[in-house]
Amino acid sequence: MTDVGRHPRITLYTMSEVVDVKGYVGNFEVNILKKARYVVEGECTACGECSKVCPVVRPDEFNLGLSSRKAIYSPFPQAVPSSYVININECLGDNPSVCAKCVQACEKQCINFHMSDEQITEKVGSIVVATGLSPYDPTEHDEYGYTRFQNVLTSLEFERLVNAGGPSQGEVIRPTDRKIPKSVGFIQCVGSRSARKGAAYCSNVCCMNTVKSTLMLKEHYPDIDVKVFYIDIRAFGKGFEDLYLRSRRAGAQYIRGLPGSVEENPDGGLSVAVENTATGKLEIHDLDMLVLAVGLEPAPSTQRLQEMLGLQLTPDGFYLEAHPKLQPVDAATRGVFYAGCAEGPKDIKESVTQASAAAARAIRLMHKGEITTDPITSEVITEHCKACGRCAEVCPYNAITVDPKKKIPAVVNTAACAGCGTCGAECPFGAIVMNHYTDQQITNQVDTMLSEDPKAKILVFACNWCSYAGADYAGVSRLQYPANARLIRTMCSGRVDEEFVWRGFELGAPAILVSGCHIGDCHYIDANHWTEKRIHKMWKKMDKLGIRKERLQLEWISAAEGIRFAQVMQRMDDLRQSVTQEEIYETVEALKKRKKKKNI
Amino acid sequence: MEAHRLVTPAQPGQEARIGVYVCKCGANIGKVVDCEKVAGSVAGIEGVVVAKDVGYACSEPGQQQIKDDIVNLNLDRIVVASCSPRLHEPTFRQMLVSAGLNPYLLEMANLREQCSWVHMHEPEAATAKAIDLVKMSISRVRLLAPLKEETIPLTKRTLVLGGGVAGIQAALDLADNGFDVVLVEKQPSIGGVMAQLDKTFPTMDCSI
Ligand SMILES: Cc1cc2nc3c(=O)[nH]c(=O)nc-3n(C[C@H](O)[C@H](O)[C@H](O)COP(=O)(O)OP(=O)(O)OC[C@H]3O[C@@H](n4cnc5c(N)ncnc54)[C@H](O)[C@@H]3O)c2cc1C
Ligand code: SF4
Ligand code: SF4
Ligand code: SF4
Repeated sequence: MTDVGRHPRITLYTMSEVVDVKGYVGNFEVNILKKARYVVEGECTACGECSKVCPVVRPDEFNLGLSSRKAIYSPFPQAVPSSYVININECLGDNPSVCAKCVQACEKQCINFHMSDEQITEKVGSIVVATGLSPYDPTEHDEYGYTRFQNVLTSLEFERLVNAGGPSQGEVIRPTDRKIPKSVGFIQCVGSRSARKGAAYCSNVCCMNTVKSTLMLKEHYPDIDVKVFYIDIRAFGKGFEDLYLRSRRAGAQYIRGLPGSVEENPDGGLSVAVENTATGKLEIHDLDMLVLAVGLEPAPSTQRLQEMLGLQLTPDGFYLEAHPKLQPVDAATRGVFYAGCAEGPKDIKESVTQASAAAARAIRLMHKGEITTDPITSEVITEHCKACGRCAEVCPYNAITVDPKKKIPAVVNTAACAGCGTCGAECPFGAIVMNHYTDQQITNQVDTMLSEDPKAKILVFACNWCSYAGADYAGVSRLQYPANARLIRTMCSGRVDEEFVWRGFELGAPAILVSGCHIGDCHYIDANHWTEKRIHKMWKKMDKLGIRKERLQLEWISAAEGIRFAQVMQRMDDLRQSVTQEEIYETVEALKKRKKKKNI
Repeated sequence: MEAHRLVTPAQPGQEARIGVYVCKCGANIGKVVDCEKVAGSVAGIEGVVVAKDVGYACSEPGQQQIKDDIVNLNLDRIVVASCSPRLHEPTFRQMLVSAGLNPYLLEMANLREQCSWVHMHEPEAATAKAIDLVKMSISRVRLLAPLKEETIPLTKRTLVLGGGVAGIQAALDLADNGFDVVLVEKQPSIGGVMAQLDKTFPTMDCSI
């Protein structure tokens, strides 16, 4: 930690948050709001004279309220920066008639009440998101009595108690009588692995954290009774099983089953009712203290940053990596990397490993001092653009600037454009050329495919990252399906222009499929939302035109869903066979009329 | 894919000169799809200068054959009908570059993952589909334009958001490698959750 404070290449802003990010890979402009500390960082020697005289006493959040601090304080002894800080909301004020005692006490005169919040702008080429975790708040687990019984603690509170630098100097004491407990119980999976409360995932560290705590207790107090209530103990890492066995050998009891209820005894102890699933019996355990092994949740700022940086989240709320196996620290947004629990619950070793990987990936991107842009980007034909603003509205990367009010035509920032092609599909005036996937290039494929015997064929649009990959996976798995489909690959399903589909029907296609990544998994943030909207719009239009809307299908198929791809192909062929020659003829006529009306 | 290898785009009005290579992938494609028939049925299409089947297009001799054709027959657009572009598109783009063509003047038709492997018992239908896919690729490759990768300057600095153990490690690794770092931490001190722990598993040593 101190290395960070000293490093000449690291600028550290504490009490700071990023409020705005502009730009794109290689050249981000970041706005940082730095809150006033009221103590000059470089000057303060952390002598602590100020806090001795401060009359305001408040619960210490570092010790989770298990001890107290003053309004001017040091976060914790090893803090970096070591400088004291004033919580201005708690401070009585700098007016000598009111207080200002600290100002008088500080010999170095480094307390400055005129400090104000600062806005700082920094230019960077890459971003590592390491915003970490937030421990689960077990209030909703009312059956464990966390809010009702003082001697029920969370695992993080317990960590502060056993910590030699903590509020009790490492002595484990009960909050009610400050006595050393004779027995301590641990309840596992609090806020984890549950469909009802907290999260459905396993929080990864709480089993081993409890194993560690049992060993520490047994070391401190060899006669103490330690009981662990668990579903199963997950000790899969290097050295973990060994630690677990040590805990059992040291005498910790492991009882399989999560308690149904906890009641308080008159002496402040706790009576824990549990069905032991190993024996099938209901058991009551009387314990002096109970620790809830709380799970790990995403940091509260996750969603705000996700929106600011255009990132993606898993359904669990952690950041989603570009590829779960091959790009585990990259965000889908180029130039952004993940490290630590921001990406998912993990222990210190894994957090550090991932951090080094993220640093290496960032260096790989930056070391040349320049970056090559992918040329598969969109372009605006200025003469055709009516400055309606539609493209800028749909671009997931904010890569397009246009001013509809002043009628300033659209411009694509090619460095920011990721090449999904959504703008090209949405521009009502055909003013956007999506390079390598132009209207003409794709229409040519449609025309060629349907030039002979269209009734026998199914036109399929498949996105490169998911559905086309799903087709590949069906191939690799040798899944057999009808040979009628012809795939046209686009980078994103967002590229599939309405006109491609109308064209297909006009040329006699019996059935058309548009396929892409599942909602939430889109390789281009959320471009597939526009696909969905577009298809829904088309279904309405088909209704009006008297075209059976089932003939246009929309399917989300992931890269791993080979089986699903094959099933969809089978279904599409059943659909194809249900379409009669007359139906196709009527569709062609209806579309001819539409064309005449729209004069295209 | 260096930029200096770019050729000028085909002039308007100038006929595209297309080479089509139907890969047998050993028996992987060849056993089901009639590759000779596929090549034969597209040979007469306007602009197709050469259409032939090859044993393994991606192999060294396979690529050499195509490169020789590019030079000798003055081809400017290539269709490779073989496996999935998700597998070998980078390979064949590189091949175009080394033969002096812009890498984006390539189109692939997927005869393995989308034909021979999924219609194993229907060789005729698989071959008909293959012919369609290759024809579609030809109609597309005709219109492809050379694309140029741009290089833009970059700021050699990294923003690290969050000063827990992960943020600290990332910042130090970057800084020790000579890159400037801006570390932003919400709290008055860095350290995150780890600063609150005493001993940590699995080594049971101190955390800070
Ligand atoms: C009770 C408990 C015990 C544990 N015991 C162990 C153990 O024994 N061994 C082990 O290996 N692991 C243990 N862990 C897990 C370990 O704590 C984590 O692996 C580790 O802390 C993850 O580090 P991190 O940097 O990803 O996140 P954090 O430690 O959460 O750090 C994130 C940092 O980012 C800051 N931040 C958040 N949002 C923003 C924002 N928007 N802007 C700026 N800054 C922000 C936070 O203030 C914080 O400083 C334990 C966890 C818990 C809860
Ligand atoms: S690590 Fe253990 S206690 Fe934590 S959620 Fe997973 S199984 Fe439950
Ligand atoms: S959608 Fe088309 S017309 Fe509208 S601003 Fe964008 S490019 Fe211009
Ligand atoms: S192609 Fe996609 S990323 Fe590029 S400008 Fe258009 S909408 Fe934005």
